[in-house]
Amino acid sequence: MGIYSELFVTFSKIGAFTLGGGYAMVPVMEKEIVDNKKWLTKEEFMDILVIAQSTPGLFAIDMASHIGYKFRGVAGGITAAMGVAGPSIVAILLIAMFFRTFKDNVYVEKFFMGVRPCVVALILSPCFSMAKSAKLNRFNCWIPVVCALLICAFGVSPVWCILAAAVGGYLYGLTQRRKS
Amino acid sequence: MVFLKLFIVFSKIGIFNFGGGYAMLSLIQNEVVYKNHWLTVSEFTDIVAVSQSTPGPIGINCATYAGYTAVINEGYPEWAAMLGAVLASLSIMWLPFILMICISKVMLKYCRTKTVGYIFSTLRPAIVGLLIAAALMLMTVENFGSPKDSTFVFVVSVTLFLLSFLGTRMFKIHPILMILLCGLAGLIIY
Repeated sequence: MGIYSELFVTFSKIGAFTLGGGYAMVPVMEKEIVDNKKWLTKEEFMDILVIAQSTPGLFAIDMASHIGYKFRGVAGGITAAMGVAGPSIVAILLIAMFFRTFKDNVYVEKFFMGVRPCVVALILSPCFSMAKSAKLNRFNCWIPVVCALLICAFGVSPVWCILAAAVGGYLYGLTQRRKS
Repeated sequence: MVFLKLFIVFSKIGIFNFGGGYAMLSLIQNEVVYKNHWLTVSEFTDIVAVSQSTPGPIGINCATYAGYTAVINEGYPEWAAMLGAVLASLSIMWLPFILMICISKVMLKYCRTKTVGYIFSTLRPAIVGLLIAAALMLMTVENFGSPKDSTFVFVVSVTLFLLSFLGTRMFKIHPILMILLCGLAGLIIY
């Protein structure tokens, strides 16, 4: 098997068998790439993890393209990214087609009437663990509140919140440094 | 031109997505539901449920589905919709990919510097805000029913919401199992 097809197959396996996406993929990737295939060392893998966390983009795609890139350059990066994304694109396409046919089915509608409140709870639930890892305290807890207000009540695009927060953090860093 | 719009919107979502997964939901929601009206609130909520229960990154799932639906709603045939789905999914990936290739060597040097640390000290709390906004904006009449129209639907919805929240947080029930349980409850109750 050529190295590119091996790369593609490895990553599509990871893409196809990790539910929930994103961080759920990290241990699976580490096992496959570092332990089984030995394409990268543990240190290289950890470096990529740090970079993927601090650059924009889908976390899982970032990880995959980065690993592929490190291993076989641009072509490797594209191959790995396609591998991770491929299975979910196909799966969702099938579901989308199914949905279009069965959307008005009474049972499907009933099922999703029950599911919708659950989804809202599932989105709200990680707020707390994220608040912990974001180190929320009484000095910065206004940031999420103001962001949520701006987006919900005033229809501000989340893009502006992200930009403002990044610039704000940079400026804050400058003032802190001047002090010391 | 729906294809060009899909490309621009999902490129934007890709490049402004920090923190992955759920954090990008409010971005997608803002663009796909409120600005471009490609999906209704309920459809968007359904996609989140489907994404949660299918493999792969949630952002790709949303992009694929939204791309498909947007093109279909514009009156194009099935094959064009499939093209739209793939286009949207690729659009979300390409900018971060190029950025990654350009800065990957430099990034490692700067990732652990104080400046980046400060930027993330405000960016992370902001992303928590984005997540709260995503959840709040889904608490709509479409998803919960209104107490005026049907008190029964509303009460059932709020109960399922609270049970899901407690179930996943306190009792660590797996999200997919929780979705299935609520779906079954919907089938039985309604």
